[in-house]
Amino acid sequence: MTSAWLQFIASGLTAGAIYALVALGFAIVFNASGAINFAQGEFVMVGGMSAVSFLAMGVPLPLAIALAVAASVVVALLIERVAVSPARNAGTVTLIIITIGVALFLRGLAQLVWGKGVFRLPGFSGEEPIAFFGATLLPQSLWVMGGAALAVLALGAFYGRTLAGKAMLATSYNKLAAQLVGINTRAVLFASFGLAAALGAIGGVLIAPIAFTSYDAGIMLGLKGFAAAMLGGLGSFAGAVLGGVVLGLLEGLGAGFVSSAYKDAIAFVVILAVLFFLPGGLLGARHSDRV
Amino acid sequence: MGMFRFNRALARQVAGAALAVCGVAGFGSAGAQEQPIRIGAFLSVTGPAAFLGDPELKTLELYVDRINAEGGLLGRKLQLFSYDDAGDAEKARTFAKRLIEQDKVDVIVGGSTTGTTMAAMPLAEQSSTPFISLAGAVTIIEPVKKWVFKTPHTDRMACEKIFVDIKARNLSKVALISGSGGFDKSMRAECVKVAPKYGMDLVADETYGATDTDMTAQLTKIKGSGAQAVLNAGFGQGPAIVTRNYRQVGLALPLYQSHGVASREYIKLSGPAAEGVRLPAAALLVSDILPAEDAQKPVVVAYRKAYEDKFKSDVSTFGGHAYDGLMIAVNAIKAARSTDKARLRDAIEATKGYVGTGGVVNMSAADHMGLDLSAFRMLEVKDGNWSLVK
Repeated sequence: MTSAWLQFIASGLTAGAIYALVALGFAIVFNASGAINFAQGEFVMVGGMSAVSFLAMGVPLPLAIALAVAASVVVALLIERVAVSPARNAGTVTLIIITIGVALFLRGLAQLVWGKGVFRLPGFSGEEPIAFFGATLLPQSLWVMGGAALAVLALGAFYGRTLAGKAMLATSYNKLAAQLVGINTRAVLFASFGLAAALGAIGGVLIAPIAFTSYDAGIMLGLKGFAAAMLGGLGSFAGAVLGGVVLGLLEGLGAGFVSSAYKDAIAFVVILAVLFFLPGGLLGARHSDRV
Repeated sequence: MGMFRFNRALARQVAGAALAVCGVAGFGSAGAQEQPIRIGAFLSVTGPAAFLGDPELKTLELYVDRINAEGGLLGRKLQLFSYDDAGDAEKARTFAKRLIEQDKVDVIVGGSTTGTTMAAMPLAEQSSTPFISLAGAVTIIEPVKKWVFKTPHTDRMACEKIFVDIKARNLSKVALISGSGGFDKSMRAECVKVAPKYGMDLVADETYGATDTDMTAQLTKIKGSGAQAVLNAGFGQGPAIVTRNYRQVGLALPLYQSHGVASREYIKLSGPAAEGVRLPAAALLVSDILPAEDAQKPVVVAYRKAYEDKFKSDVSTFGGHAYDGLMIAVNAIKAARSTDKARLRDAIEATKGYVGTGGVVNMSAADHMGLDLSAFRMLEVKDGNWSLVK
C-alpha cells in the first residue's frame, strides 16, 4: 500500500510542479496589470511545440529548449505590444477578454503551423524508470521537479536582488507610487509578459516528454494553472507554487483513491471551493479586494 | 422569389420534356445521353470527425472518377452528390433529406459517424433508399433495418478478437482501462457485454479523462487487481500515455490496445514501451506485410497505391470503408442490372464473397454488415513496427 501512496504522490508532484510554473505566470501578469492572462496556457504550448520543431530541424536538445523558450518569449512580447499594451488603460475585464482572444488566436495559429497531430520530445536523460520503495519514477519527472524548483529560485533571486525585479515588485504593490518614483510601469507590463511566457515555456518543454504536446495542449494546462493560482491566492508568488503543488497532489491522490474519472473535475471543484470559502486563496489575502 | 421558383419549375418541365424526347429519339442507341447513376454522400469532411470524412470523400471522388474513366456502369456515368455535415447530426439529417428529395439519388454511401448515420437512417427507411453507412456502431445494423447496411467492422468484433487471443494464451482475468471519449465508451460497453461469452473475468474497470496526461494511478490499481492481461479501449493520445505509464509502473502483463490506435503515430509516441503490445487491425494498415496468399492482399495494395499516389498522404482504414461502400453499391448495381431501388437493395443484401479493404463481405437478410472476426488481423509491435501474430 505504501508503494501505491508513493506512486500517487510522485505523479501528483510532477503535475504539481508544472501547475506551479503556469500559476507563477498568472501571478506575474496579474501583479503588473491586475488582469488574468488567459493566454498563459498557450505560452506553455508554444514552448513545447517549438522545442519539437527545433529538434526536428536537427538542433541539439539543449539548444532546442533554449530556442523554444526564446520563441515563446518573443511571441508573448509581440502580443503585449500589439494587443495588450494599447488597451492597458482600459478596464481589467477588457484586458481579460483580450487575452482570451489572444489564446484563441494562438491556438488557431498553432493548428495551422503544426497541424492537429500529437508530438513528443525525447526524455532528457533516457526513458528507464527509476524504482524507489516499490514505486517508479521517470527520470523526466526529476527534471520536471528540479527544473521547476530552479525556475522558482531564479525568479526569487530576480525579484529580491535585481533593480528590475524590485521595480516590478514595487509596481505590483502600488502602481501610482511606483510611477512617482520613476519606474516605467509600461516597461514593467512588457517585461512581465516575457517573464510569464518564459516560465510557461519552461513548463511546456519539461512536460512534453511525459504528457506530449499538441496545438490544444494549452487549454487544460492553462486552466489547471489558473486553479492553482486561485488556490494559492492570485498575485502571490509563494501562493502560486504552493497552489500548484497542492493541486497536483490532490489530483494524484484523488485519482488513486477515489476515481480517476474525476481527476479533471478536482481542479474545478478547487476553483469553486476557493471562491466560496477562501476568496483570497491560501496566501493571497492582500489582494482580496481585487478578486 | 416566386417568379424564380416558377421559372425553375417551368425549366425543369421543359428539360424533362426534352429529355423524354431525347430518350425516345435515342432509344436503342448506346446510353451516352442517359441519366447518370446518382450516388449520394453526406460525410463529416470538416469538424471534429474530419479524420473520418476527409479520406472518405477523397476516396469516393477518386473511384467515381476512375469508374467513369473506364466507361461508367451499365453504360451510364456515375455522378457523386456530396455534402459536408461537419460531424453534426442535425445537418446530416438535412443533407440526407436533400439527397433523397432534391438530388433524387439512387443510393447513399455515407454517414461518417454513428451519430450522423443514426440521424439519417429513418429518412432512408421512409423513402426506401438503399443506404450504406461508414460508421462503426453495432446499433446501425442491430436490429436489422431493411434499407440500411454498413461496411466497417464493429467495436464488438474488436473486443471479441482480443478475447479470443487472450483465451488462446490460457488467460482469463482481464483488467479494462478506457478513456472517456465516445469511441472509448462504446467499445468498453461492448467488451463488458461480450466478456462472459469468452469466459473472461473482468477484474478491474478503470477510466481516464480525454485530456489526461498521467495514468499511473489507474495502472497502479490494476497492478494490484490480480489481472493477467490488460485491455485499453481508447482512441487518440491516451493509449500512448497508457502504454508508456504501463512500462513505467513495471507492469509486464500482455497489453492489448484497440483498433482505434492502429497507426504509425501510436508507435512513434509510445516509443520502446510499445514493444509486445497487441491490437486488432484491418488488413489495409499492414498491406505490406500480408502474406501473398491472403485474399485481401491485391485489393488493399491496389487501394493503398491509388490513394497514396493521388493524395500523397497515408492511407487510413476510414477511406477504405468508403471504398468498400462504393464497391458494394457498384457491384449491386451491376448484379441488379438497374438502379431500381428495391432491386438494388436486394442485390446489396445478396452480396457474397466481396473482398474489400475491411474483409470478406457475406451479407444476408439477418446480417447487413457481413464481416466475421477474420476481418481483423491480430498485430504485435516488434522492433518498432507491426508484425502479424501467428
